[in-house]
Amino acid sequence: MSDEAQKPYTEGPMHSTSPVIDPGLTFASVTDKISSIVLKRKTSLAWFFGFAISFALFQLMLLAITNLVFVGIGLWGVNVPIAWGIDILNFVWWIGIGHAGTLISAILLLLRQRWRTSINRFAEAMTLFAVAQAGMYPIFHLGRPWLMYWLFPYPNTMGIWPQFRSPLMWDVFAVSTYATVSAMFWFVGLIPDFATLRDRARSKPFQILYGMLAMGWRGSARHWHRYEMAYLLLAGLATPLVLSVHTIVSFDFAVGIIPGWHATIFPPYFVAGAIYAGFAMVLLLTIPLRRFYGLEGFITMRHMHNMAKVMLATGLIVGYGYTMEAFFGWYSGNKYERFMIWNRMHGPYHLYYWALILCNIITPQFLWSKKIRSNLLALWIISFIVSIGMWLERFVIVVTSLHRDYLPSSWGMYQPTQWDWAMFIGTIGFFFTLLFLFIRFLPMISIFEMRTILPEAEVEE
Amino acid sequence: MDRDDIKLEQPLAAGDVAYPGHRRHAPPLYGVMAEFENPTDLVAAAHKVYSLGYRRINGYSPYPIEELSEAIGFTKTSLPLIVFIGGLIGGLSGFFMQYWIEVIDYPINVGGKPTNSWPAFIPITFEMTVLFAAFSAVLGMLILNKLPQPYHPVFNLPNFALATRDRFFLAIEANDAKFNHAEVVDLLKSLNAVAVNDVEV
Repeated sequence: MSDEAQKPYTEGPMHSTSPVIDPGLTFASVTDKISSIVLKRKTSLAWFFGFAISFALFQLMLLAITNLVFVGIGLWGVNVPIAWGIDILNFVWWIGIGHAGTLISAILLLLRQRWRTSINRFAEAMTLFAVAQAGMYPIFHLGRPWLMYWLFPYPNTMGIWPQFRSPLMWDVFAVSTYATVSAMFWFVGLIPDFATLRDRARSKPFQILYGMLAMGWRGSARHWHRYEMAYLLLAGLATPLVLSVHTIVSFDFAVGIIPGWHATIFPPYFVAGAIYAGFAMVLLLTIPLRRFYGLEGFITMRHMHNMAKVMLATGLIVGYGYTMEAFFGWYSGNKYERFMIWNRMHGPYHLYYWALILCNIITPQFLWSKKIRSNLLALWIISFIVSIGMWLERFVIVVTSLHRDYLPSSWGMYQPTQWDWAMFIGTIGFFFTLLFLFIRFLPMISIFEMRTILPEAEVEE
Repeated sequence: MDRDDIKLEQPLAAGDVAYPGHRRHAPPLYGVMAEFENPTDLVAAAHKVYSLGYRRINGYSPYPIEELSEAIGFTKTSLPLIVFIGGLIGGLSGFFMQYWIEVIDYPINVGGKPTNSWPAFIPITFEMTVLFAAFSAVLGMLILNKLPQPYHPVFNLPNFALATRDRFFLAIEANDAKFNHAEVVDLLKSLNAVAVNDVEV
């Protein structure tokens, strides 16, 4: 990195009230404070309570999956013409949430946004756990999930190969690459912090555990040099990757000829929607977390403001997407396209459409106000509404497009069953189970990167 | 470079007294380690030591310091090349895997369209490029750094646990051509170090 990047963060006149890190912190206090959450702090009753609820919901997911595998996909409400119900919807929703983590860790790194440092570890963990939920849906939607390995090109006795012209195959490669690269990026970021924990841990099992994970990291200048290079290259690779993943997810729809799917605006509109939903989820999780663990010195109001602004900007892009969808429907002069948009606004699922407009376009407009951006409760509620709105968006795209296409004789309605909901609520439980384990056993803020933004990190010539 | 070929045992010369404690031999020296309180002192010391002609030196810090790797004369790494080659292999194998399957081994005639429909192969080609490049970056970094490495002499220094907290270290290794124990200790003591210690292999 250049000299500029090595300088400690100095505030511009616009942000004089909210620094990016508490100015009183030192190398020692940053290290001790973050590592003590993992090593010294007594596990609170609230943690056990939250973990227990999440774990119980996770059991619900296992029950839903077991039942699904035994009985078959008829357990879900999906049927022709709506073969993609809330399971594919949830796949898109979860993977969209994951994208904010990669954006924060990779894109903001390349853009030298140093405020990302205190939230990137947490956001990357969120990415990983969200992708884990997302990956399950297409597999169990296959109907015979035990044959999922047929998706991969391997020489087989049947003498057949996958069809690589299908976006569904692109999806297999995109999502599995994304999961793998996100996991590697996260792990590489953790290595120096594992070394910190290894050296701070007092009990033998933890010394051994973190010691193994740290792989003998000793902070050698030569190692750091290669490490920084690898990290930068990974960020450079993850940036186009994250854009490609949601682009390919949107191809699952856009390559089809269903009115409401077959639109050129889908890739950018999906990517913006993913970032929008992802930042909403990061805010949803960090607001209570920083309060609970007393991390206000690391995750400052500056972060809250910035994330709210990203949410507002991407929300406006998403709003533009909705407007253009309606415009295309009218301007195409195609009666099926016109009917599609009319059906969204006035058909049997019109409530979903108007709720979506309320959640995703109207609600984020409050973020123009600095007063609301500074009010954490308001910010949390807006993030919650946006998360619901993004779920509704995918419902509108998946279900209302499919339920009435060209031939009225093949129209139908879709109702998710209790097992659809069980699976969805279960994945939320699994997500939070992983998240609770993460905040208990791993440093949720990147310790070594926090050291780099301290004033004392500067080398005076 | 960190050396792995350091001789571990030095024979006890005739008439020598065995090393105190349970060891029969005096452990060989890995090097001399100076401890600093801030990055500025460390980088200044590294500059000084390098300018005096010491080459087998290394700095240790709790976070990456670009000036430090420059000061010890370590500015080049082949990692970008490794990642480039990895990405190239990934991209080519991704594309030609699809080409071979869809054109040669298992062609499907879809409305008379060409079997080599290369634009449709681009998404997977791209994903394979990124996948291979990312693996090259991570594995390349670990292999060049010789990690995992459970044991290293520097961990013998009791205070070295602070290298992952708030202390900065500079080592002059015993296999440096110019290494002379007394000179090196004096030199490091003159460089604002808070402590200078021997490090045993």
